[in-house]
Amino acid sequence: MIFAANVDRWLWWDWIDRNTDLIFTSLREHAILTVSAIGFGLLIAMPLGVAAARWRWLYPPSLAITGVLYTIPSLAAFALLLPVTGLTRTTALIPLTSYTLLILVRNVVEGLDGVPSEIKDAADGMGYGRFRRLIRIELPLALPTIMAGIRIATVTVIGLAAVAGLLAIPSLGNLIYIGQNRPIRTAITVGIALSVAMAVTADLLLALAQWLLSPWARSRDVR
Amino acid sequence: MSFLRDVAHWFNDPANWKGPFGIPHRLFEHIQYSVVALVAAVIVAMPLAVWLGHRRQFGTVAVNVSNIGRAIPSFAILVLGTQQFGLLEYPIMGSFTTFIALVALAVPPLVTNSYVAVAEVPDDIRDAARGMGMTEGEVLRKVELPIAAPLLMAGVRTAATAVVATATIAAFVGAGGLGRFIIDGRAQFKNEVIFAGAVLVAALALLTELGLGAAQRWLTPRGLRAEVVAARAAAVVSSATPDGKVRL
Repeated sequence: MIFAANVDRWLWWDWIDRNTDLIFTSLREHAILTVSAIGFGLLIAMPLGVAAARWRWLYPPSLAITGVLYTIPSLAAFALLLPVTGLTRTTALIPLTSYTLLILVRNVVEGLDGVPSEIKDAADGMGYGRFRRLIRIELPLALPTIMAGIRIATVTVIGLAAVAGLLAIPSLGNLIYIGQNRPIRTAITVGIALSVAMAVTADLLLALAQWLLSPWARSRDVR
Repeated sequence: MSFLRDVAHWFNDPANWKGPFGIPHRLFEHIQYSVVALVAAVIVAMPLAVWLGHRRQFGTVAVNVSNIGRAIPSFAILVLGTQQFGLLEYPIMGSFTTFIALVALAVPPLVTNSYVAVAEVPDDIRDAARGMGMTEGEVLRKVELPIAAPLLMAGVRTAATAVVATATIAAFVGAGGLGRFIIDGRAQFKNEVIFAGAVLVAALALLTELGLGAAQRWLTPRGLRAEVVAARAAAVVSSATPDGKVRL
């Protein structure tokens, strides 16, 4: 019973060899889910954050609403959408996007709040209009804080996208689901290892991007 | 609309309200897993983190521990533990494997928030307390802990929400709890059961958040109440700084 012995192993290269397609598809779906969730999250959170930094009364309700969305457990959120959108990428994408909002909105507002008022005054004195000041001065200076938010949101989404796999939506969690149900321990190992690796890689890449995009913050320890 | 009628029908069916597979028992299991794990995590993590915060030592470790925890899928430990040891049912805690996974999940936010809560108490206040002749223990008990209370509770709240959410996934490895409705409904292709389970789980999570939020306000010294909202935002952001430094 060589086969049975192999099934129970935590790392079984034969299985990996024979299932490269499945592994690759899961990895790709996981990456697509993560990138799309962060993209849509930014599309919503950037304007909302900018508006909330400008019109203060918007900030508490924005935090409250995104906070409620953030509190709904991921498995429940996917399950709530399952009857509506079925076993599709959309079912995973809507909750994943909603989870990024609390983190992103807060960091956009914090970042804009952190821009020193004398810099804004200087920009006004140089004849910058409100919109140009926002784009050219405030957002670049808020970038380190915003990027910090993007990093946390990305790592969070990578972890939560795995949960979608438990409902058989393609993602690295789906490998864990298959591994638990068959059971093939190697699939569990691969699913967990790849999602941790993806989280660490994404975090490092975003840290690098942050470093490249904010040259003024390199020389001194500025926050 | 017929789907929502199915869901309402499921909730109205008395059979779903009794026995070991009924809603009350599943809810009890869910709360049992969550409360036991949370209490254990608080006992393990909080005294140490509070003491380190008082001494202001090992801050980098305390703050980064929750960043590392984020990278591992919350249910990885659950699945690995179940594969290796099975569920190991015990009285009180339910399943030992679930217990360990949930404790591991709750410890990082408790450590980070408790450390930051105490370490961020302003120096002049601590110095004033010492100048009044308080011992180190009194400084901690009478000055630092009351000021730190809102942030300490923010840590408990973050941990509790995460634990309640992940206790749902315990059903996936064969334990009980409200997640059973989602997992079993999925296995039987009964969308109304999946949906009903999801509603119950979401309601429990929101109630946990609201209840602990109320407890947080109640535990806050009256003079500090206006700052609670700001303090809560600061808690998450401090663990969110790119270099892992505490914003003081």
